[in-house]
Amino acid sequence: MTVVLVFVLAVMAVAGWWLARQRLMSRPWLEVGPVTAHPETEAPLTHPAKIGLGVFLVVVGALFALFISAYFMRMAYADWQPAPVPRLLWLNTGMLVLASAALQCGVHAAHKGQLTNLRLALLAGGLASLAFLGGQLLAWRDLAAQGYYATDNPAVSFFYLLTAMHGLHIVGGLVALGRTNLRAWRTVRTEGLTLSTELCAMYWHVLLVVWFVLFSVLMGWAAEFIDICRRLLS
Amino acid sequence: MVDVTPHGADLIPPAEVAEVELYHPHSWWTKYVFSQDAKVIAIQYAGTALAIGFVALVLSWLMRLKLAFPEAFAFITPEAYYQFMTIHGMIMVIYLLTAVFLGGFGNYLIPLMVGARDMVFPYVNMLSYWIYLFAVLVLVASFFAPGGPTGAGWTLYPPQAITSGTPGGQDWGIILMLVSLILFIIGFTMGGLNYVVTVLQGRTRGMTLMRLPLTVWGIFTATVMALLAFPALFVACVMMLFDRIVGTSFFMPAIVEMGQLSTTSGGSPILFQHLFWFFGHPEVYIVALPAFGIVSDLISTHARKNIFGYRMMVWAIVGIGALSFVVWAHHMYVSGMHPYFGFFFATTTLIIAVPTALKVYNWILTLWRGDIHLTIPMLFALAFIVTFVNGGLTGLFLGNVVVDVPLSDTMFVVAHFHMVMGVAPILVVFGAIYHWYPKITGRMLNEAMGRFHFWVTFVGAYLIFFPMHYIGLVGVPRRYPELGDTAFVPASVQTLNEFITIAALTVGFAQLVFLFNLFWSLRNGRQAGDNPWRATTLEWQTAGTPPPHGNFAKELPVVYRWAYDYSVPGAPEDFIPQNDPGPVTQGDRA
Repeated sequence: MTVVLVFVLAVMAVAGWWLARQRLMSRPWLEVGPVTAHPETEAPLTHPAKIGLGVFLVVVGALFALFISAYFMRMAYADWQPAPVPRLLWLNTGMLVLASAALQCGVHAAHKGQLTNLRLALLAGGLASLAFLGGQLLAWRDLAAQGYYATDNPAVSFFYLLTAMHGLHIVGGLVALGRTNLRAWRTVRTEGLTLSTELCAMYWHVLLVVWFVLFSVLMGWAAEFIDICRRLLS
Repeated sequence: MVDVTPHGADLIPPAEVAEVELYHPHSWWTKYVFSQDAKVIAIQYAGTALAIGFVALVLSWLMRLKLAFPEAFAFITPEAYYQFMTIHGMIMVIYLLTAVFLGGFGNYLIPLMVGARDMVFPYVNMLSYWIYLFAVLVLVASFFAPGGPTGAGWTLYPPQAITSGTPGGQDWGIILMLVSLILFIIGFTMGGLNYVVTVLQGRTRGMTLMRLPLTVWGIFTATVMALLAFPALFVACVMMLFDRIVGTSFFMPAIVEMGQLSTTSGGSPILFQHLFWFFGHPEVYIVALPAFGIVSDLISTHARKNIFGYRMMVWAIVGIGALSFVVWAHHMYVSGMHPYFGFFFATTTLIIAVPTALKVYNWILTLWRGDIHLTIPMLFALAFIVTFVNGGLTGLFLGNVVVDVPLSDTMFVVAHFHMVMGVAPILVVFGAIYHWYPKITGRMLNEAMGRFHFWVTFVGAYLIFFPMHYIGLVGVPRRYPELGDTAFVPASVQTLNEFITIAALTVGFAQLVFLFNLFWSLRNGRQAGDNPWRATTLEWQTAGTPPPHGNFAKELPVVYRWAYDYSVPGAPEDFIPQNDPGPVTQGDRA
């Protein structure tokens, strides 16, 4: 459970840092009058949807931290035999990086008001994500063709489970991205699209980071890294 | 996150919210059924939770009848008993308490108390309720599935949860249970995002974090905890579904079942326990923190006195929330863990008692020399303090490894957690309903029925659970439908069991009176007016009772003071609403 504890501690550190700036030492019973400091509620100025998505991504992070915790705990048992990771995953990783980069370009285009660039960026982001999902399915077929099924070995089961969970999150994101695409091709101005594009980009960046972590776990690098840390500590 | 919006300042709620910004329902369906108004969603959540809660109540009667009169109720087989026990626990902890505190009171009180017109994402809020209702229906459906609901116990420990010896293990029961939990977590996450972001962003002008009523602090912190803890249950459920349906070996070791060696091998049931309790222990505080917050407000309002140590109360809520993530393994002392591991978790468990005790002292000091009105909400709040202290003290026993090992899996544990996280939070739910019913409906609940309900419930709960501690101390194990002839169990245990059952049925009858009161007072209750308890918080200063769509009048209230200006010397009345700009404060006393 170390992985998830580290994650929760990190979240708590951020929450504690934020709380420390909320005048928790004030004496509300002595203060009367509207608080005149700007902003008056001390609420952050960021758009609520961005804060909402940020909180949701923390939940997603907790979910994957828990899956990875379970992965490492299950790994300690004798019957663990990792399967060869399909080389196709490298290409898929590239696809996801492309999608993330395209959406970031979309954010820049939206800020500058370049509608054509925004449309292209959103479309490219969507297509690259679809290519990623297709690639993941091919990787599954590849594994199954080599005779590695989900029930064979916990390592293989985890491979299917983790990639499926990550893929489902991409599918969910594609719903939002698809709607943004439709709106982008119908409208003539970029104003209404800035927020949606920014939200999509933020979601894709975090899912890309999650994929990097999952990839390193599945490739066995994460386990090696932890092993090195352990040896350094002892 | 960085602020990248160029026009951030425009997002502060303006003094006058243009009417187009609110979603307005156009038909009966969107107003009362598929409503996006947090108040309607709150009533839907609470109504569904109380309805399924009555199912759990009936299940507990059946279990008690079997325990007291095993021969007369021979038709309740051991399998049925396990099914009743599992579903009773599941409903009470998750589908009733979590849903009613966060989905019910959270939805109703957060926007009103922080001075917002609605939640920040009303559409997501509506989806949250409908997914919750779907989860409840899936749970109910398992009663009608072949093989009946699962009988694995509310902790659903593998391997027994998915083997053929357990009711529902190889049938539909366990699958429907896991699917229902997964749905509940998805629905809750949607609602939880709303509660958190509304507290962060939806506050009206002048409502700083340190001016929030403690109810909002409790619900807010509990929601943050739930958002971090429920994923653990989600992961455990998904992996167990894989084990059950696909045949993987995440949790399943190699076992011989009915003379057949299973196809699974090498899995780790302990892994499930870690995941489950990483959710399970924060869950106790997810239920307790909103109760703490609500009780603070009830006591302050009905004792006409400012809450003692407001800052300490806030810090304690946040501290308990953080600490509750590092105590989970105290549920697993008997799982064969390393002794140092147990020592660590025993220590953290004892440490978490410090902020909790601090809150209890502050409640008592709030009452000290207060102008105590023994209204029904106040009675329930006082009963909560007593009950929570009782249940908390036995928790200190069980938190120590050496005491826990002999008491583990006895009725003592059952008595402990029913006192601390069953009876105590339920008392707060009742107190809160008596307190806010006048705001929700515009009428007071009937006083005589209310007092009857309180005294029977309060005294009855002690008659049920105090003897149960004794039964546990003599070593009677939990989860046994009948005891038969056992040498170490004295005959008096059977007599006590009959006594407890009669007490439980009486308390159950009082709940029917409460249910009748809820409907009867809807039409026949005394008119309440806008502020019957003469309270300071914003929900009592709305444009009408019940609050209209949009909560407040044309202008949102501006907050000038904290939520606890009761009995301020020099003030014309013994309470000053939060939106009263008058100059008097508690500091003028000196």
